[in-house]
Amino acid sequence: MSVPMPRVLGYADPLSVAPGETVRFMVGTLDGPRRYRAEVVRLVCGDTGPGGLKTVRLPTPIDGEHQGTPQPIDAGSYVIVERPEAFADLTRFTLEAIIQPTRVPVRPAPRPQMIMGTWAEDARAGFALLLDEAGALAFLAGAGGGREPARASTAAPLTARRWYRVRADVDLAAGAVTLSQTPLVEHTPSAERPVTVTARFGPMAPTPGGAFFLAAARRGMEDGRLRTMWHFNGKIDRPRVAEDERPVAVWDLAADVAGDRVTDRSPHARHGRTVNAPKRAVTGHNWDGSEMDWRRAPEQYGAIHFHDDDLHDAGWRPGLTLTVPADTRSGVYALRLEAEGGPEFWVVFYVRPPRNGPRARAAFLASTATYLAYSNYRARMRPGAAELFIGALPMVDATDLLLMHHPELGGSTYDTHSDGSGVCHVSRLRPIVNTRPTGWLWNLFLDLCLLDWLEAEGEPYDVVTDDDLHAEGTGLLAPYAVVLTGCHPEYYSREMLDALEGYLGGGGRLMYMGGNGFYWRVSYPPAHRGLLEVRRAEDGTRAWVESVGEYYHSSTGEYGGLWRRQGRPPNMLAGVGFVAQGFDRSSYYRRTAASRDPRVAFMFQGVADEMLGDFGLAYGGAAGLELDAFNPSLGSPTHALVVATSEEHSNAFQLVNEEMNVSFAGADGRFSSAVRADLVFFEHPAGGAVFSTGSIAYVGSLAHKGHDNNIARLTGNVLRRFLDPTPFVMP
Amino acid sequence: MFTIDPRRTDLALEFKRRPFGPHSPELQAVLNVLRGSRHCQNLLLVCTRPHAEWVLAEKQPDGLPPRLFSDPVFGSREEAEWHAFRLRWEAVTGAKLTV
Repeated sequence: MSVPMPRVLGYADPLSVAPGETVRFMVGTLDGPRRYRAEVVRLVCGDTGPGGLKTVRLPTPIDGEHQGTPQPIDAGSYVIVERPEAFADLTRFTLEAIIQPTRVPVRPAPRPQMIMGTWAEDARAGFALLLDEAGALAFLAGAGGGREPARASTAAPLTARRWYRVRADVDLAAGAVTLSQTPLVEHTPSAERPVTVTARFGPMAPTPGGAFFLAAARRGMEDGRLRTMWHFNGKIDRPRVAEDERPVAVWDLAADVAGDRVTDRSPHARHGRTVNAPKRAVTGHNWDGSEMDWRRAPEQYGAIHFHDDDLHDAGWRPGLTLTVPADTRSGVYALRLEAEGGPEFWVVFYVRPPRNGPRARAAFLASTATYLAYSNYRARMRPGAAELFIGALPMVDATDLLLMHHPELGGSTYDTHSDGSGVCHVSRLRPIVNTRPTGWLWNLFLDLCLLDWLEAEGEPYDVVTDDDLHAEGTGLLAPYAVVLTGCHPEYYSREMLDALEGYLGGGGRLMYMGGNGFYWRVSYPPAHRGLLEVRRAEDGTRAWVESVGEYYHSSTGEYGGLWRRQGRPPNMLAGVGFVAQGFDRSSYYRRTAASRDPRVAFMFQGVADEMLGDFGLAYGGAAGLELDAFNPSLGSPTHALVVATSEEHSNAFQLVNEEMNVSFAGADGRFSSAVRADLVFFEHPAGGAVFSTGSIAYVGSLAHKGHDNNIARLTGNVLRRFLDPTPFVMP
Repeated sequence: MFTIDPRRTDLALEFKRRPFGPHSPELQAVLNVLRGSRHCQNLLLVCTRPHAEWVLAEKQPDGLPPRLFSDPVFGSREEAEWHAFRLRWEAVTGAKLTV
């Protein structure tokens, strides 16, 4: 059985634009050229059920039908050295590197994996040091012109995740190559022995010049763009080429780690560049554990980890270009694409307020860093323990299935690469299937419940994004009386945290409308536009575990991992921090004695109920999915008031591992009172205040009974008081 | 290791009535087995019509797409959960589940 999947995809660049500015939409079709329809809409509410989806059409010149063509994605990272003349005319030369393959052989369809060389499949010419289909060290050389290339192999497959020195001593004039693969001594004993094989293939002329690659070979040109193949999975350290013992190129992969440059230390300066953001700042063959920071021991970090599914910039050509009309209101927008025979595809972008124009008094801070961290999430569709931690069958739709049919779209930071290592880079410069108002009720889809409620309240709001906040800091938020986060602002850069703190320090009011916020440290690599980096170091609820010794970001040198482990737990900013998660059924809050404190009288005007949010679109309650609790030992302000706390969570809710030093029984929602969401309020010295819901599910309860319910009323009370310029006074 | 007593159909009934928690500790133990790595980590629910129609699918190794089952088609997530529960119960215990 198959289900129709979208047949037209796209992405927007830039992600956030002001009225009068231009956004380009890169659009590509699947399964051949086809007509598609496009319209621009403002998203008000997601498809939460019959009648749920609310959009407002923005008439634009790009509305209507267009002709689309497929646009390839050349996934897989590599290094290219675009000095074709430098590698021509080599007769007696050596190719050498230290490698750690991570996928040997490639399953389910074995194929070669290139280590280095100039091999161009379209010309059947060049030379290559590679792993063959079985994973043995191999050599390939051809002069093109239809002649059969020369081949040699050690016929001894390498072992995944072991280090080897590999070398090919080539004499084309003599028609001979000596291949050697030498396992390096490691802490784990191995019965493998060095293998040296000399093969003869008959005299050959030097191969023609061509771009030199690490970790890939040239497939050819397609539609004016380079296509590559035979991507290597694993680490390459200290690659070098020599001719008659004289260096042709000696690449130092420990240099320029933050960027895409690959430095040649030979006198010839044959520098290269990385493509598709392979993982740098990774341990090399000689890493001994004495240093964890790549900047302090670069000689031990001389490798790059390549993956055949890395992707940075899909590089699609713009299909449609829109200059956002000057009078366009700020909001979350989407280019809605649809082609015959498949469901729609949403290309989300954001219209911020005019750069020097009027502002609303409230701002919604769209969690674009988190949306990106989750972008193209496919882990639920792979075998694994998802059902055990969800507490129900994982659920996807036809649009999600695209990811499994088109692996070139790349994964999310919740996924692992094809070699099992974690995805630490994600890019917005590619089609993203799961930031949309449909499908999995999560992230943007759930955040739209908040916008729908703001619309129902009649409160004007602007939309700004994490990307804007990272780039512009506190100044972005300063004009606003109140800033509302989304339901799950999990991924935060230092710049973003500083900006929010600065906003509160200036008297701002923050409504943290979610759970598990301000949790992971991320960076926006300055040298790689559109990319986000996360290193899942040390601790926390992790989809994968960062490789030991690789906890520091390559892009900024920052120590990765939880903010909690870096002196800035979310509790300090929001009063609460992540404690538990479960995804089967949400629960409710019960008011505490502190809710009678006069300091929060404003919050409970018209709210008589003791139970709050025992209803909602997000699995039946306002307290659910991911939960945060008040904890002064982690920095929750001691003057904060916990005005309600949740209870009666299901067995699927488990205390997170960073909350238990020693594993213990009874840590689920049926037994542990630590499994809870706390609704918290506190004042700031400069007259501002913070309101935190501590639950991702909270915003899903706002719409209950036509927005007439205790959660909506309480939230409205908070919003109105936070909009009131009267300063809050510290108790 | 905990094993499921196929005579405890009362636990199956509890699940049928309330597939999404909270569950009794005894039912949770059953679910830990049925959803655990020794048996069935391979089922996926695919929504084929929003809010209206779902089918089960089997996850595949090596990054391959899931295999979708055209029959049965479910009208709710609860129906699908119950079907998956029954399939697994019968596979694990070898006993027909009639509740």
